[in-house]
Amino acid sequence: MQKKENQEVENRPDNTAFTQQRLPAWQPILSAGIVIPLFVLVGLAFIGIGVALFVTSRNLHVLEMDYTGVEKTSPCFSCSDPIKQKNCKCSLSFELDKLFEGPVFFYYGLTNYFQNQRAYGVSKDYNQLSGDLDYFTFFFSIVPDSTCKPYRYDVNNKPIVPCGSLANSMFNDTFNLYQMKNGVKEEVPLDGKGISWWTDYNIKYRNPSVNPLRNAFNGTVKPLYWSKPAYELDPTDTANNGFINQDFLVWMRRSALPNFRKLYRRITDGLPAGNYSLEISYNYPVIAFDGKKKVAFSNVSWMGGKNEFLGIAYLVIGSLCLVMSVVMLIIYHWRNSSPDAN
Amino acid sequence: MPWMSPLARIRDALAGQRARDKDLRNLVSNLPYEGLDKWKQPNRHFRNNGIKTTKYSVLFFIPMNLFEQFHRLANLYFVGLAILNFVPVVQAFEPEVALIPICVILALTAIKDAWEDFRRYKSDKKLNRLPCFVYSSKEKCFVEKRWKDVRVGDFVKVESNDIVPADLLLLYTSDPNGVCHIETANLDGETNLKQRRAVPGVCITVSNTDILLIIHAVIRTGCLGFSHPDLVLKQHLVYLKGHETKAMLNNNGPRYKRSRLERRLNIDVIFCILLLFTMCIIGSLGHYLWLESMPSVPLYLVPQTDGHLDTPSLSSFYKFFSMIILLQVLIPISLYVSIELVKIGQIYFITNDLDLYDEETDATIQCKALNITEDLGQIQYIFSDKTGTLTENKMVFRRCSIMGREYPHKENGMFLCGPKRALKMYIYKIKILMFTKSLPPNQQETEVILDQKLLRQIRGTEKIDAYQDFFLALAICNTVVVSMATAKRLRVSARLTAEFQQTNQSNPLDTLSSLVRRAGSWTRLRAPITSETSANDLTTQGQSVNQTGGQTCSLHVPPQGTAPAVPAGKLCYEAESPDEAALVHTAKAYGFVLMSRTPDSVTVQLPSGAQLRFEVLDTLSFDSNRKRMSVLVRHPISKQCILYTKGADYAIMELLETPYGEKQQKAIASDTQQHLDCYAKEGLRTLCIAKKVLCDGEYESWAVQRQHALAAMDNREQLIMDSAVQIETNLCLLGATGVEDRLQDSVPDTVMTLREAGIQVWVLTGDKPETAVNIGYACRLLEQDDLVINMSCKNLCYWEKQSCSADPRNVDTTPDISLVIDGRTLTMLMSPDLRDRFVDLARHCRSVLCCRVTPLQKSEVVKLIREKLKVMTLAVGDGANDVNMIQAADIGVGISGQEGMQAVMASDFAISRFKHLKKLLLVHGHWCYSRLANMIIYFFYKNAANVNLLFWYQFFCGFTANAMIDHWLMIFFNLLFTSVPPIMFGIMDKDVSAEMLLGLPELYRTGQGKGEYSFFTFWISMLDAFYQSLVAFFIPYFTYRGSDIDIYAFGTPLNTISLFTILLHLSIEIKAWTIVHVFIILGSVTLYFIVTLAYGVRYLNYSGYWTLQAQMVDPMFYLVCLISTVIALLPRYLFHVLKNSITCSPIVEARHLDTLEPSTRDQWIKEWRSFRGRVQDKTSDVSVPPSPSLENLQDDTKQVKL
Repeated sequence: MQKKENQEVENRPDNTAFTQQRLPAWQPILSAGIVIPLFVLVGLAFIGIGVALFVTSRNLHVLEMDYTGVEKTSPCFSCSDPIKQKNCKCSLSFELDKLFEGPVFFYYGLTNYFQNQRAYGVSKDYNQLSGDLDYFTFFFSIVPDSTCKPYRYDVNNKPIVPCGSLANSMFNDTFNLYQMKNGVKEEVPLDGKGISWWTDYNIKYRNPSVNPLRNAFNGTVKPLYWSKPAYELDPTDTANNGFINQDFLVWMRRSALPNFRKLYRRITDGLPAGNYSLEISYNYPVIAFDGKKKVAFSNVSWMGGKNEFLGIAYLVIGSLCLVMSVVMLIIYHWRNSSPDAN
Repeated sequence: MPWMSPLARIRDALAGQRARDKDLRNLVSNLPYEGLDKWKQPNRHFRNNGIKTTKYSVLFFIPMNLFEQFHRLANLYFVGLAILNFVPVVQAFEPEVALIPICVILALTAIKDAWEDFRRYKSDKKLNRLPCFVYSSKEKCFVEKRWKDVRVGDFVKVESNDIVPADLLLLYTSDPNGVCHIETANLDGETNLKQRRAVPGVCITVSNTDILLIIHAVIRTGCLGFSHPDLVLKQHLVYLKGHETKAMLNNNGPRYKRSRLERRLNIDVIFCILLLFTMCIIGSLGHYLWLESMPSVPLYLVPQTDGHLDTPSLSSFYKFFSMIILLQVLIPISLYVSIELVKIGQIYFITNDLDLYDEETDATIQCKALNITEDLGQIQYIFSDKTGTLTENKMVFRRCSIMGREYPHKENGMFLCGPKRALKMYIYKIKILMFTKSLPPNQQETEVILDQKLLRQIRGTEKIDAYQDFFLALAICNTVVVSMATAKRLRVSARLTAEFQQTNQSNPLDTLSSLVRRAGSWTRLRAPITSETSANDLTTQGQSVNQTGGQTCSLHVPPQGTAPAVPAGKLCYEAESPDEAALVHTAKAYGFVLMSRTPDSVTVQLPSGAQLRFEVLDTLSFDSNRKRMSVLVRHPISKQCILYTKGADYAIMELLETPYGEKQQKAIASDTQQHLDCYAKEGLRTLCIAKKVLCDGEYESWAVQRQHALAAMDNREQLIMDSAVQIETNLCLLGATGVEDRLQDSVPDTVMTLREAGIQVWVLTGDKPETAVNIGYACRLLEQDDLVINMSCKNLCYWEKQSCSADPRNVDTTPDISLVIDGRTLTMLMSPDLRDRFVDLARHCRSVLCCRVTPLQKSEVVKLIREKLKVMTLAVGDGANDVNMIQAADIGVGISGQEGMQAVMASDFAISRFKHLKKLLLVHGHWCYSRLANMIIYFFYKNAANVNLLFWYQFFCGFTANAMIDHWLMIFFNLLFTSVPPIMFGIMDKDVSAEMLLGLPELYRTGQGKGEYSFFTFWISMLDAFYQSLVAFFIPYFTYRGSDIDIYAFGTPLNTISLFTILLHLSIEIKAWTIVHVFIILGSVTLYFIVTLAYGVRYLNYSGYWTLQAQMVDPMFYLVCLISTVIALLPRYLFHVLKNSITCSPIVEARHLDTLEPSTRDQWIKEWRSFRGRVQDKTSDVSVPPSPSLENLQDDTKQVKL
């Protein structure tokens, strides 16, 4: 008998809430009555957020100018074919009615430019860019990384540093902004510090620890399209050269969409009202892909640059929720007040 | 012979091979060769007795498992894609990354396989290590060895209740007659004992097979056997072992059923493939157009190494494959693995359900088929066996008619009304009940409440002969084996079997096969008597009676003080069929105790206490043609030859002697027939008992003929049957018995509930129409006011005419129709020309009863209905005769009952009670189906929603198959962040509580037919996936358009939105939240942030380095995520709200009811049921079963709006 009892215990399933599927459960039923308060709440919250976003966006200013030079009237028309016109310079004039409050962010923009292709994006050697000297020199077709093809070696089989398509195609127009004060050009100071990501500048990209920096590049060549080698990108600031050059870092962070702008400089004090002239050294070819080149001046706030879309979206959805709650109320009322429907 | 040449060895090996292949096996005893080297052993060619059911070996596991897994087309496809990614021109990911998902999937499956194989290995080891006794010539006695060490040619000693280690040749038993009994339930499912004889000599019959073998060592064996007269019960020469046992050889792998849902799923996978190809073609075309639109080569296009660009057409051709790699997730790679995991979880819950556990047999439900749980929720037709399925197959003697007089045994009938109530009643119990403790659990069949009138008749003096003959016939005319209670059969096998099933629960298919494989060595051995002493007791007892019986034993005079040495209560009867046992017990209750049975004698104790030893001259065993069996005995006192016959009523009635003018006999026959009809109507199983006295001459001439028949080489069976028919003539009717096969517990309720659930219940039985109809009424398959169409061969022509003219629609207007068909009619109906009409008629019938059908017909009916009506069928049965049907149906359910293991072994689910079917279908079936259906739809949705983000991005990256989300994170997204919630959803979600499902069987109908998983729901969810991905992509797109955002900073909110949308979508779908749900959903979100953040910190060369960190300090990130998630989910949310508040689908209302207090809910269900009962009475619509029109009900609970 004892044995039999043991046997029963052996096969009998455990009587626990879990095995018997009797765990205490909350069974929400989404019906009109329950969701009305939720909709009202969400609607009000969204309208609040929407208003905040919309107002913030409204207070931001953007000044955007195209300088591609496709049209003949454009000041940069003559420069628009940089292959023929080396070191072409043109200048763009504009007028500000009132003070452009600082800090003003100065962007350059490209359209129809696909930085987000896969082959383009992987065309770099991370080990080079993190300052590993072993990857600078030719080493039996292993370094630099083969992803850099065809911008890996020059015709003399010298390794290109930084190699790859991404670095090779770096934007190389430069801008100088002048304020016209009584017919005199007065240069507006542009702040190029800290325009790239902090982590890119301080952790991800590193120069080889060779002093002077140019020695590290011995036996290598600059990228084909570059006019200056990497260690001479910024002649004014020795710390802003090599792979941690701010413009280089900005360029290397690939844009998500084909129409993009990239931060060029910051104008901390803002731009007072008046006439301005932007001098452009026009180097970058965009005609080949029907692209446009732009410059943009913009304020930023906690929500970034000017963008009314999100505010409107919040307002629309918020009001939709309110409308829906009214509809729900009607449904709820109709069902409650018509017991005959049973 | 150390110099044995290699050539000789080869020859030797070949000879061994031949020896194995030959039908005739020459075996040499191992004894003379004991201790010699292995290569000198005569039986070295034969494999050892170890059993290995494992699929893999440790060394070759990986290649073998991979080989196995690559049999799946899906796996090959995904490996192909991963390899494709190594081709530079079409590369979409880092090549290594693309390998991860397929590796994880393969690894998961491999781990599962390895675990299963390890369990098999462990159970094999356990089995191989079982002890058995093998004779050793060195030790001069039997030594204990392990099973796997038993070799061909060994002598094995097997004791009572041992399990037979291998196929054996019986050489000697402790029984003086050289007889032993074995049970072969593990082998063929038959639980009755089979007699095996040890015949010393050259030709020996072998257990389980009819192969005759010539064995050289037999004489040697004989000496050995007899030199050990101690406790040796049997000695066997092993002749087949391990993998070579018959059971192992006959084992073909298990069959594979595919669930309906899975078939639908495969169609949808094909849709997904089409969708994928469309998207890839769009991508490829887009890439072409993009390249074409460029006036010249821009800087950002990366040329080939040699500096030139591919032509746009070639490039777009490559891009097609890149797109396939990129968007491959659209075809849910992990879906199949997830489904398997979900089903394991579902099976875990089914097997752990206490309601499906049977206390009496200590058995839980066994799920042998892992892959068809959800089919349980879609059943439309149930085909049920009657005996042992609806009824208990525990026969209870209820009524008898002797010499035309009826003895109704009224008390017995009352006892049967309800066992619980009966216990309180005063009942006259026979002596045997005092020994309840030593009795088997099925004691009811041994309980017989005596009819006082009959008892007086026997005790009285009048007409004693006929009554005595009647009971003697009951006691003698059978094949019941008598054993002592102390030598009870132990259900060792059952327990061990259960153990194996438990260990292998994860893969029932394997369990099934391993069971079959093992069964070979599991034939249990039974001895008629356990100990020498008791055997001696019995025989001496028998002999003494025999010696004195001739002179002193008088039937009427009680013996003076010679009480039987063996108390009758200790006897145990092992019968082939429960009917026989019931009759023997009845005879015993009336004092005619069957004391012992040997091949040539039967000892019966009379009410007076005297024992009679009948010499058994011959036994004409039962066969299905004659439908009767007879025993020919010589009466110890009168020395007359008496033939006792027992059989089906019509088989006996035809054979009665018809003496002209003897009115009394005729009257008895007609009265008995009347009683028989009456019994049949009550649903009793009837048997007629008859007798014939032969004169010596008659017997002797017949005996000669019989001997000829037995000795005949050709046509032996026919001759034996003919000889039997020859003597079974001119019988003298003694009476008839009515034995009741009791309905199982709550069968009527279950049948009713199943019918309310929209399931048509058919009963296919081998019984007579009368009995079947009666059981039909008893289990409420038929109702009193039903129109029962009885179709038998006689009125078939009539029906044919009728049905030609009758429009099927007319049938609807008639009351509920039930159809009763007998086997011969069924054969006609199954003919090709009548088939369709039969199906058409059957469809309009509420219930169908088929009587006298053969096992083959059963499966044909199931197949016909399944194929013609395209419905889901379930067959339930318990016996070997149901195996065909069980295998033919979509789901086979075996009831582990009285008739052995065959049905259970063939089944997909094995239950112990018919009533368990109710919860299995209504609750678990519904849950499994709705869970799995929702899970699969969700899975498709999830992958589509996630992958479409990538697709939309292609429009903005020149269709270059680039991703804005890091590949590792994309892989993790599917493998880590969003894999567990749907699996948990598939295992644990509960749309309606079990109480509601049982209370409102109508809810089951939601799963029938198309159910929740249909073409429509699939495409709706795919559309939803497209919508949601559009929202999740374009809200961030418009927000960040024209800004300086970089790729991965843009991808991060997209991925986050996608995660939130997908998880919240699931949250909307989850019907019941438990702590597990909350934990897993929150865990997934946490895991996403932890992994992404950690990944962003750790991997410097990762392009998205520090991205999420940067995003998470930007308030815009949260604002974008919030609004995108809300917009994406709003339609589905609204849809659910509207569905729940406007429509009145039964499930929704049941869910409303579920939120009520349990007491209120139960009250409501009760009212609803009673109300529906009234409605159903009035309604006369058959083809439209009462729909769950809950809205008709006045609801007293204000919360519920109907």
